[in-house]
Amino acid sequence: MNRIESTFDKLKAEGRKGLVGYLTAGDPDVATSEARMRTALDHGVDILEVGVPFSDPTADGPTIQAASFRALQSGMDLPQTLALIARLRADYAEVPIVIFGYLNPFFAYGYERFCRDAAAAGADALLVVDLPYEESEELRQHMRPVGLEFIPLIAPTTPPQRAATLLADAGGFVYYIMVTGVTGTSAAEAGDVQTHVERLRRATSLPIAVGFGVDSGAQARAVGEAAEAVVVGSALINAAREDRLAALVDDLRGALG
Amino acid sequence: MKKSEPDDMGHFGIYGGRYVAETLMPVLKEVATAYEAAKQDPAFDAEFRRLLADYVGRPSPLYLAERLTESWGGAKIYLKREDLNHTGAHKVNNTLGQALLAKRMGKKRLMAETGAGQHGVATATVAALFGMECIVYMGEEDIRRQAPNVKRMELLGAEVVAVSSGTRTLKDAMSEALRAWVTLVESTFYVIGTVAGPHPYPAMVRDFQSVIGHETREQILAKEGRLPDLIVACVGGGSNAAGIFYPFMEDEDVALVGVEAGGYGLDSGQHAASIINGQVGVLHGTKTYVLQDAAGQIQNAHSISAGLDYPGVGPEHALWADLKRVRYCAITDDEALESFHELTTKEGIIPALESSHAVAEAKKRAAGMSADSVIVVNLSGRGDKDIDAVLEMTSSRTAEQPNYEVETGQI
Repeated sequence: MNRIESTFDKLKAEGRKGLVGYLTAGDPDVATSEARMRTALDHGVDILEVGVPFSDPTADGPTIQAASFRALQSGMDLPQTLALIARLRADYAEVPIVIFGYLNPFFAYGYERFCRDAAAAGADALLVVDLPYEESEELRQHMRPVGLEFIPLIAPTTPPQRAATLLADAGGFVYYIMVTGVTGTSAAEAGDVQTHVERLRRATSLPIAVGFGVDSGAQARAVGEAAEAVVVGSALINAAREDRLAALVDDLRGALG
Repeated sequence: MKKSEPDDMGHFGIYGGRYVAETLMPVLKEVATAYEAAKQDPAFDAEFRRLLADYVGRPSPLYLAERLTESWGGAKIYLKREDLNHTGAHKVNNTLGQALLAKRMGKKRLMAETGAGQHGVATATVAALFGMECIVYMGEEDIRRQAPNVKRMELLGAEVVAVSSGTRTLKDAMSEALRAWVTLVESTFYVIGTVAGPHPYPAMVRDFQSVIGHETREQILAKEGRLPDLIVACVGGGSNAAGIFYPFMEDEDVALVGVEAGGYGLDSGQHAASIINGQVGVLHGTKTYVLQDAAGQIQNAHSISAGLDYPGVGPEHALWADLKRVRYCAITDDEALESFHELTTKEGIIPALESSHAVAEAKKRAAGMSADSVIVVNLSGRGDKDIDAVLEMTSSRTAEQPNYEVETGQI
C-alpha cells in the first residue's frame, strides 16, 4: 500500500478529514520554505504539496504568483526542490508528498530523469497544472515504472463524461477545483461543491480533495463536508508571511477533526 | 510541401496541442467544434467576406514600390498593404472572424491580450461593431509605449486592464488573460491575437489571416503573370506571416522568409528570436520554440516593437522551421528603425516597427537578386502608433552619435 492510500485509510478509520497543504519551494528562500513546510506538517498537515516555482504561473492568483516570483529571485530550481523533498522525507516517512507545478520546468529537466529523481527523493505523486489528460501520456509513461501517481484535476466546467474518462485512469486522489478561477481568489458555495463531489463519487472510488479559495477552518469544514480532504494553499502562504502559519494550520486541523 | 493541418488535438508534428488548466479544456473543445461547424457553413463565410470587403476595406492593395526597388538595385519590391486595413494592421482580419464565431456561439463579451495594442484595438473595434463588451489585457510597459492605442481602445468602449506582473509586456498580458479567462469562461470569448495559444487558435487564426496570402497570389499573378520568388514577413507570434505564407506552402519555388526581432543583437541576449535562439518548451498552452533558461523558466524577450516582444512563437512556425520550408532570420532594433525611416521618406508610407523588420530583411536580400525577380513584403501594419517612440529613440541615438564618433576616432 502506498503512502497516499494508507493516509486516507487512516483518516477514514479515525473519522477525520484530510488536510492537504500547499507551499511554494524556495519562497522566500530554501531554508525558510523548508522550515514552513516542517511547521505545517508538525501542526497536522496530512499531505504536503510542494510547489515548484515557474516564471509564468497562468493558473495561479496573486499570492502564489508572488511566492513563485520570490522563489525564482532566490535562485530556486527543480534540483534544489527535489533535495528539499528528500530532506523532508528523511524526517516524515509516512507523509505523502505531491510535487505541484507547471510542465515546462519538468520538460526542460527531461521527463525520464525527472520522474526517476522525484521518486528517489521520496515524492509520491505529481500534479501538473497545465498538463491536461490528453497531453499527459508522454510524462505518465515515465511515472509508472517509478510508482509516481498522476493526480487528476477536475473543474466545475468538466462535463460528467469527460470526468469519467479522466478518473478511469487516475491514481492517488482526485483534486476537485471548486471554483472557475485562479488559486486563492474566491470561495465556493458549499452546496455547489457537494453536488459536484457527489457526482464525481459515482465515477471513482478514489478519495476526493477539494481546493481553491479556502482560507479558514470554518470554511474548510463547510466545503469539506462531502469530500475526504481539503486543500489549502494561498492562505498558508499569506499566514506564513504574517508569522501565523502554525495558528492557521491548528485552526484548519481543529475544523477538520 | 503539403499544407500542414493539425491533428484533432491541434498538434503540428511535435508542436502545438493544448497545455492549459483543466478548467479551460471544455471551452477549448467548444470553440474548436463551433469553428469546425462555422467553416462548413457558407453563410458564415459569406458574412466574413462581406465584412472584410465593406468594413475592413479588402482586398488590400499589392503595391509596387518603385523608389525602393530603384534604390535597392535588385528585385522588384511589392508591398502587401495590410497597413491600409481599417484599424491599421492585419489584426482585424482575425478579430472579425473570431467575433463572428463568438456571436454564433452566443457569447456577449470578448477578451483579448495585446502587445502593440493593434490586436486590442482590432478586438475593441469588432466588439463595438457587434455590440459586445470588451476587456483587453495589456502590460504596463506597453501601455506606456503605445499610448495612442490605449486611448483608441477606451474610446471604442473597451476596458483596458493594466498588467503589472513580470516584464509588463505581451507575455505577461497573455498570462493574465489566460487567468482571467478561467474566471470568465462561461460568458466570455477569448480572442487570441496570434497563431499561438492552445488548439484551435493557431490553426483558426492562420485560416482567418490566410486572406492575405490568397489575395497576394491573385494580385501578383495579375501584375506579373507569375508567383513571387520570395515573400518576407515579420514574426512575433507569427500571424501575419502565417497568413501570407500558408496559401503558398505548396509552391516550392516561392521562398518564404520569417523575420524575428533581433533586438540589440542575437548575442546580446536581448531579443525576441524564439525560433533562432530558443528551445522547445511549453508556454501559454502550446508546445513550440520558447526563449527559456536551462531550468525551463521563460526568459524575457526584447524588441523595439511591442508587437514582436514575445518569447514564444506559433507552433506551426516551429514545424515550418524544422522542415526548412520557411527560413527564419533576425533583424535588430537599429536595422528596423533605419528601414522605418527609409520607407517613410522614400515611399511616403510610415510602417509599423514590426513590419519595418520585414522591410529591412527584404533590403538585405533584394540587391543580390536579379531585376526580373519579385519580392513581396507583408507590410503588416502602419506606424502611427510608433511615432512618439521612434522620435524618442531617434533623438536619443542622434545625441549619442558624437560620442560614438569620437571613440571610434581614438581607435
